[in-house]
Amino acid sequence: MKKQRLLIRTVILLFLGAAVAYTLYANFTKDEVQKVEVGKKAPDFVLTDLDGEKHQLSDYEGEGVLLNFWATWCKPCEKEMPFLNNQYQAYKDQGVHVIAVNVGESNVAVSDFSKRYDLQFPIVTDKDSQVMTAYGVDPLPITFLIDKQGNVVDIHKGQIIAEADVTEMMEKIKP
Amino acid sequence: MNQVKCDCGHVNPHGTILCEACGKIIEDGTQITAEPVIDMRYEGSARRSQTYNKSIIDKVWNFFSSVKVGVWLIIVTLIASSLGTILPQEMYIPNIMPVADYYEDQYGWFGRLYYDLGFHNLYSSWWYLLLIAAIGVSLVICSLDRVVPLYRALKKQRVIRHESFLQRQRIFGTTSMAVSEHSYDLVKEKLKKKHYNIREDEGNILAEKGRFSRWGPYVNHVGLIIFLIGSMLRFVPGMYIDEILWLREGETKVIPETDGQYYLKNVDFKLEVYDKETDNEAFGDALDSAGMVAKNYQSDVILYKTKGNTVAGEEPELEEVESSSIRVNEPLKFEKFALYQVNYKLDELSTMSFLLTNKSTGETFGDITINLNDPEKMYELNNGYSVELMSYFPDFEFGEDGNPTTKSRVPNNPAFVFKMYSPEKPEGEVSFVAIQQTIEPLGDNEYKMAFNGIETMDVTGLTVRKDLTLWIIGLGGLIFMIGVVQGAYWNHRRLWIQRKGDEVWVAAHTNKNWFGLKREIQLVLEGTEIIEPMDQLKDNQVDEGETD
Repeated sequence: MKKQRLLIRTVILLFLGAAVAYTLYANFTKDEVQKVEVGKKAPDFVLTDLDGEKHQLSDYEGEGVLLNFWATWCKPCEKEMPFLNNQYQAYKDQGVHVIAVNVGESNVAVSDFSKRYDLQFPIVTDKDSQVMTAYGVDPLPITFLIDKQGNVVDIHKGQIIAEADVTEMMEKIKP
Repeated sequence: MNQVKCDCGHVNPHGTILCEACGKIIEDGTQITAEPVIDMRYEGSARRSQTYNKSIIDKVWNFFSSVKVGVWLIIVTLIASSLGTILPQEMYIPNIMPVADYYEDQYGWFGRLYYDLGFHNLYSSWWYLLLIAAIGVSLVICSLDRVVPLYRALKKQRVIRHESFLQRQRIFGTTSMAVSEHSYDLVKEKLKKKHYNIREDEGNILAEKGRFSRWGPYVNHVGLIIFLIGSMLRFVPGMYIDEILWLREGETKVIPETDGQYYLKNVDFKLEVYDKETDNEAFGDALDSAGMVAKNYQSDVILYKTKGNTVAGEEPELEEVESSSIRVNEPLKFEKFALYQVNYKLDELSTMSFLLTNKSTGETFGDITINLNDPEKMYELNNGYSVELMSYFPDFEFGEDGNPTTKSRVPNNPAFVFKMYSPEKPEGEVSFVAIQQTIEPLGDNEYKMAFNGIETMDVTGLTVRKDLTLWIIGLGGLIFMIGVVQGAYWNHRRLWIQRKGDEVWVAAHTNKNWFGLKREIQLVLEGTEIIEPMDQLKDNQVDEGETD
């Protein structure tokens, strides 16, 4: 009788406690739920660069890809661009690529920006936000590191502060 | 634990106040004996939580099983909820500066304090959620702790009740005269007509009806708990989606959260206002005082589904599903999704046209029209004239370094750097053109880009909503209401008629509406020798009070 009471109460309290804990957990992680998770396969996409060339992510399998989302009006994006540019040149012969996805601005604005910073890596434009939606991008900038198997190794949210950070990123995805 | 055996032979659980079977007061150090009328709450059954207090589990259980604690939790939650309405919540403030600065800027030190205390995001703060959760837990435990003993006590009640139980019912009376069998039969017949269930034991009567009304509050609580579970499920990924989709006229975009399955095209957005001329003239006065009054917000859209599997970014093959008009409260529904009209932006710039003009002669050499969302690089004109768009700033401002830059991709304030080629100037002349502003950075030009008109279009703001929890919340609400009705419109009435020696004792109890019960007893006993019982609390003027 006494044992039973304790058991029933414990079970009910545990059940209620678990429900409360789950709700709290889900509530506090809901903002951090990223469409793309570290360790999972990066969603494939095809986008066209300023020269009209198509870039499909799956074509880069076997090599590392640093995928950066940016816009010309995004100041932090602008600041990290030179770092990416320098490190791209240092690592392009070691099988690491940089693909910069613009959020769908006009070609004029993008190519003007690209010229100003003399950007060497391919810049593709996500005209109707399909890739941004697939990657759940918000806010800018955000950088995804994709290894040679096509898996996401790391996600860097916000501005990359130092060029050394880019070097570190490149090392992570070097095949 | 030690159980309590009543004089009538029934074994009651520890903590019982009134014997479940006969109703005798179980003298266990309880002091209720002084009152003229016994407390019939929960039938005097053993609310065990009030009794056992051994382990930590019992202590937690007892805390939540207290109605007093429950009421306090509700009061605290009410106060907390109202605090969240003093200043706007974070989600409603414009995204123009850091949140903390915004509150301080707008509301001074109070705003700062409000932010520091975390009230800017009150309804999803951990402590607010814990309060709500605690109410839920309290609801479950309070209910369980009361409904089980109450059910037991009502189930186990006997026809014959102890004298002390009868004497101390609020409605009680004795008749010393002999009562004929005929009167008994008459009473029973009348009670049956009034839908009482009658149980008899050795010539004593227990008439009872509406017992199910006692379960009303518990049914109500079950509804509330289902409601809470429904709102909890909103946090489960995939159960609840609430996204915004901005679409320009003519634009086709993927609908978020549909895995790239569905696309939507905005054909036209309309904002209609009431017109004194064409609408009902009764509106005339109101329109005079209010000015513009919106009549309709409408987006004409086409819903597409993608055919086959396409990779993101690839031009998808679209198949029209339906074309529809979305109005406020008239969403477009597909699968589990609904698209609601919630916002709009009128007259966003879409194209701008310019005339290539010779400044001195005023002669023009053709015009160019620039699509502000996707401008061309080169605009060829006749006779060896052309214009190159060197730079484009859709939302122009001067940056910190003094160079032109753009604030966003939305063409709110477009600015251009043109290079104008002409037979006289084959290397081109550079001109910076913004709204009402022209700068010629490389000296005086011969030609200029003369502004020649704009075109605008509307942008519609739609909410993409999917809510799989709605039916659970609805079900909870329905059960809640059933519980309310069950408890409010039916009364649990009992009437005891017992022979005690030469006397006939009558006692009655109800959980509400004592007046109705007295009227009913009066009618039932009419024409018999049984004297109508008295209301022992009548002097105190406490009537119509609920005991459950």
